[in-house]
Amino acid sequence: MQQTKPDGVTPSQTVGPYFAYGLTPNGKYDWNDAFNNNLVTSDTSGERIRIEGQVFDGDGAVVSDCMLEIWQADAQGRFSDPQDKRAQPNTSFKGFGRIGTDAKGGYAFDTIKPGTVPDPDGKPQAPHILLAVFARGMLLHNYSRIYFDGEAANASDPVLALVPADRRATLIATRQPGGNAVYRFDIHLQGDKETVFFDV
Amino acid sequence: MTLVYPVQSLAAHPPRLSPAYKSTVKRSPSKPLIPMRHTLSELTGPVYGHETVRENDHDLTVQGKGEPLGERIIVHGHVLDEDGRGVPNTLVELWQANACGRYVHVVDQHPAPLDPNFTGAGRAQSDAQGYYRFVTIKPGAYPWGNHHNAWRPAHIHFSVFGHSFVSRLVTQMYFPGDPLFPFDPIFNSVTDEKARNRMISAFDLENTKPDWALCYRFNIVLRGRNATPMEKK
Repeated sequence: MQQTKPDGVTPSQTVGPYFAYGLTPNGKYDWNDAFNNNLVTSDTSGERIRIEGQVFDGDGAVVSDCMLEIWQADAQGRFSDPQDKRAQPNTSFKGFGRIGTDAKGGYAFDTIKPGTVPDPDGKPQAPHILLAVFARGMLLHNYSRIYFDGEAANASDPVLALVPADRRATLIATRQPGGNAVYRFDIHLQGDKETVFFDV
Repeated sequence: MTLVYPVQSLAAHPPRLSPAYKSTVKRSPSKPLIPMRHTLSELTGPVYGHETVRENDHDLTVQGKGEPLGERIIVHGHVLDEDGRGVPNTLVELWQANACGRYVHVVDQHPAPLDPNFTGAGRAQSDAQGYYRFVTIKPGAYPWGNHHNAWRPAHIHFSVFGHSFVSRLVTQMYFPGDPLFPFDPIFNSVTDEKARNRMISAFDLENTKPDWALCYRFNIVLRGRNATPMEKK
């Protein structure tokens, strides 16, 4: 069927408070998960990491009805998308994860440390994960990025360079003490500690 | 990468801070968003569909032991980009209240009956032309605590990916002629009337099934790609 040219995009609306049984049932509802928060399979190569944190609103209250989605490259910096023409499509690592926050606003993703992805000029970007934040009270999701502390490449990352210096720390996950690679990344939707969100 | 996702497309979306919808007041950013160029990270996106969608996932009336109660409906349409091209093989997820306006979610305490035969979740994959189709039950209106006598117009939540992470969309499909439209701050958060009307499905008599179900058409228009640049204002 031939479509006529639409006069614009379909506007965004909030996911509302009740998305869980449709999008993140996680064993609590009679519906299967299309995605979850574990991106790693046994044949995924790369350094295993866990990213965990909490989501807070402008009053500092935890946000228990938030949904987070991440999208990232594999350990070699390739995306599992045929649009990434630089390499064979990566079938062993999907690169996408989704989770709803718990009663304490908490979340976690088990994934791998992403490799280097070039910017439009071919300049390397520091390892990063894309983040989309959805919640009741959010009419349009917010985009952010998760970087990693201790990465020398952060100093020359072209996207971090766009962020005022005093706000960059909100984009950098902090390595937790201990042997396992666990990074803490809290998300503040609003206020003094507000996470940097990008206009993309 | 030569694809263009125009920033102007975003003008159709509601402002993040829409005080009539009270929950936005403490959940919208208070600092300006940082503009950036799209990199490969933004221009790629998850490619999902065939491995996640099961045979009856698009038919919410056959997922239980018996038929759910309410008005059976067909909802179909195309996932399109702004130039009207179908977005093929993309995952379309939906969730909704039952005919009484009750969600199965544990937090939903609206004192209306739950339907043991209706979960309210579905998913489909668009075909090569971007076409998708669901069979479901018309959801009921339900009260919410935003203001005195606040009721949401009947709606179905849709989640779509499209070609990239920046074309990601979560929206709500409404039904034509709903008397609650003028009073709903979520629907009216979209201030442009033409954009707002794109969230309202069209009654589709041609595809209504005699003696079985009414049909509604709902095209979902995603941002980009290579859209004609809008005139500079």
